[in-house]
Parts: sequence; structure tokens; C-alpha cells
Amino acid sequence: MTIQDEQLPDISTGLLALIVRDVSLAVKRPGDVLNPLFFFAMVAALFPLVIGPGTEQLQSIGPGVLWVAALLATLLSLNSLFLSDHEDGSLEQMLVSPVPLAALALGKSAAHWLSSGLPLVLVSPVIAMTYQLSLSVTGVLMLTLLLGTISLSLLGSVGAALTVGLHRGTALLSLLILPLAMPVLIFGARTVSLVAAGDGVAGGLYFLGAYVLLMLSIAPFATAAALRISNE
Amino acid sequence: MWKFLHRLASPPHFYRIAINLIPWFAMPGLLLLAYGTYAGLFVAPADYQQGDAFRIIYVHVPAAYLSMMAYMIMAVSAGIGLIWRMKLAHAVAAAVAPLGASFTFLALATGSIWGRPMWGTWWEWGDPRLTSELVLLFLYFGYMALRNSIDDTSKADRASAVLAMVGAVNVPIIHFSVEWWSSLHQGSTLVRKGGPAMDAAMLYPLLAMIFGFTLVFGALLLRRLRAEVLFRERRKRWVRDLILSGNGKR
Amino acid sequence: MGPYGLYVWSCFALTAIVLVICEWRARTRHRHVYRDIEVRVKALGDTE
Repeated sequence: MTIQDEQLPDISTGLLALIVRDVSLAVKRPGDVLNPLFFFAMVAALFPLVIGPGTEQLQSIGPGVLWVAALLATLLSLNSLFLSDHEDGSLEQMLVSPVPLAALALGKSAAHWLSSGLPLVLVSPVIAMTYQLSLSVTGVLMLTLLLGTISLSLLGSVGAALTVGLHRGTALLSLLILPLAMPVLIFGARTVSLVAAGDGVAGGLYFLGAYVLLMLSIAPFATAAALRISNE
Repeated sequence: MWKFLHRLASPPHFYRIAINLIPWFAMPGLLLLAYGTYAGLFVAPADYQQGDAFRIIYVHVPAAYLSMMAYMIMAVSAGIGLIWRMKLAHAVAAAVAPLGASFTFLALATGSIWGRPMWGTWWEWGDPRLTSELVLLFLYFGYMALRNSIDDTSKADRASAVLAMVGAVNVPIIHFSVEWWSSLHQGSTLVRKGGPAMDAAMLYPLLAMIFGFTLVFGALLLRRLRAEVLFRERRKRWVRDLILSGNGKR
Repeated sequence: MGPYGLYVWSCFALTAIVLVICEWRARTRHRHVYRDIEVRVKALGDTE
């Protein structure tokens, strides 16, 4: 057996190419990026309508509502993570590609975060403003959403890979991911609430950061395994 | 020992051995449950704080312990099945999931009934153990839903194995995060179930119940696993021979 | 058992019910699987 060094592709090149492709695809179809954002805004707008416009009430439920809305919006966009790749056959190309599948899975997660998580973080201050959250609370909210959506993109890619090509995959994906996303949701929302109550934020942010690292080390491999299984 | 385990891992042998193995789990298990129930209900003194309501722990604690144990068994055997491609391991994961969900439901229901006289409500979000049991129940539902939605058995085995392993990493984190979350609730000073210094007359029935539950769980698992193995091997020659010979109907 | 009797007894009864259901479901599943295979094997045996 000969070692074919020159044929080993550069992992980072393959990864970058995938991210660029996915993000530019998302830009070409702005609906894919905008729909979850509208969904996020609408879910957040429902709560004041059913609960009442009291400032204090809004401030106390605000962090939780925004976090739940962000989680649901992320789930909505996760559903199509591997769908178009599955339909046009590029997923099979990824499976036989010389670049390790886990690296490609990481690239898919990164592209998903860039086209859904990051816009969500950027839009959140506007929604937070309507909930009368103060500037410092909004800052922490953005920080927790930033870390949390990275985790959700990684964790969600496992669920999306497991359910790709299945009937009724959407409902199934939510059923698989929601309980697993509980820690992110709890720490994200509670950290913001704690800041609003005048407490420290370090603990919650450390946890969210640690969770990102954990997901970074697990999710790409689990996603790769799941993709191989669901694409035979 | 290794030879015995190796033989046990082969489906035909397992199928034949299991039916003889079940009574060895079920009999002592039921005896322990009978003793534990009698001693727990009539012999153990009432708790000075909770009165007789504390007797619910005799079924609640074993159910809660087994609900987590079952998830661990599921994740470990799913991992063994995925890595070493062991057929029986996947069958174990498939058979244990509904049992785990049943025991999780039991732990939730008895915890809720215990909460009614203790907290005055059927459900208390401030209790971290009940809340993480609820999340565990959702995890079981997700696992079983994924399994049911894939027709091909081998594919369902491996896909659900990935989920079980990712879930197993998350279970302790979920527990920890729910605990952290409820510790922030002010004024939720909950009555501790049991407590560290337990009277021997209270403790022995509990230990008997825990061991009894575990043994009965083992018997139930073996019985489920037998049906699962038979189903998975339905096209194999040994199953055909078994059916034609008329043995193994039980 | 005092005022808590109903709660305690219903918990033990529920436990018994869940255990019995688990056992019963395992048995019926085995019976169904066995019968299905039996029907198929016998049918194949006739055509042979």
C-alpha cells in the first residue's frame, strides 16, 4: 500500500468551500433565512398579546419568551439542513468525498449557524426592546443567544441527519432535539433573568461556553455517523 | 464465564436459555417485593415529618432508579451494537426502551401522588428530580419514535443507537441544569425524601424493594428480549426448526 | 395509615398495574410473533 500524500485533501479547504457554498445558497434564497426570523418575531409578539402589556410582566417573561422563540425558530430552519442536499444528490457526493465526513458535518453546522443563528442574534435586540429589557440585559441576552445558537446548530445537525429522508421528519426532529436542548434553554434564559435581577452572569456563560465545546467535540462525529446510516 | 457469555450472545442459545433464566430473576424478585411491600406498609414506623406518606418512596425510589438504569443499559448496549455490530445488543436496546419509559412514567406518577399531600399540588416545577424525570420520559419517547419511523430494522438499530449515545451524554447535563435552575427558586425548601439518617426499620424494606424491582425488571427485560429476538430472527433456519418441532411456544 | 392512606395505596396499586401490564405486553408480543412465524412456516411447508 502506498501513502498518497499529495491526494490527501486539505480539510480546512473542503470545509471552507462547503460553508461558502451553503451561505451563498442561503443568500440566493432569502426566504430560507428570513422565514425563521419572521417566525421568531411573531412568536415573541404573541406573548404580550395574550398576557397583557404590563411593563413589569413583560420584563420578567421576556428572557424566557425570547429564548423559547429562538429555539423554535432554530428547529424550523434545522429541518431543511440536509433536505436539499439529500434531494439533489450532493449528500451522496459528501459521503464519498475524500474530506472526512465529520469535517463536512461541522461545515454544515457552521453554515447553518451563519445563516440562521447569527441573524437571530442580530435581530434579538429589536425584539428585546419591545419587551422593555434594559441595555445591559439585552447585551447578555445576545451573548447567551450567540453561544446557545452555536450549540443548537451543532446538536440540531445530529437530529437533522437522523431524520433526513424520513416521512414526518419535521415533528420527529422536534421530538428528538427539544429534550436534548433543555440545558441550553435553561441556562440561556435563566442567565438573562439573573442579570435582570442584578446577579452575576459568569456561571451561566461559562456553562454555555463549555456546552459549545462539548457539542463541538461530539456533534460532528455523531452527525457523520447518522448521515452514513440514513443514506444507505 | 466468557464461553457462557459468548454462547448467550448467540440468538438461538439466548432464546433457549432465557426462558429458564426468567424464573431465577422473577421468583426472588417477587419475594423481595412481597417482603418490601409488607414491611414498608405495616412494619416500618411512620416518618416523623411526613407521616405515612413517606411510604410512597418504597415504590417511587426504585422506579426512579430503574428509569435511569434502563437508559444507561439502552445507551451502553446501543453503543456495543454500533461499534462491535453485535446483534443481540441492538435487540437489548430495542427491548429495554419501552420498559424504561414505563418505569419513568411510574416514577413520575408516584412522585406526583406523593407531592399532593406534601406540597399541596400534583405537580411542582421547583422539584428538580421530577422535572428531570419528565425530560427523561421525553427522551424515551423520542428514541422510540425514531425507531418506529424507520422500517428497516438494521437501519433503525444504528440510527437510534446514535441518538441514545448523544442522549446519554446529555442526561447528566440535563439533570445538573435542572438542579441549578430549581436551586434559584427562592422559598422552594422541599422536604427531603428519605434523608441520610434513616432508621433500619425504614431502610431494609427500601433495599428489599430496590433489589426486588431490579430483579423483576431483569425478568421483564428477558421476556421482552425473547420476543424481540424471535421477531428479528424470524427468517432464520433455527426459528423454522423451532416452530416445526413445536418447542418454544411459551 | 391515617389521612395519607389513599395516596399510599394508590401508588402501590399503580406499581402493580404497571408491572402487570409490562409482563402482559411482553407475553402478547411473543405470542403474536410466534403465531405469525408459525403461519408463514406452515404455509411454506404446504407448498413444498
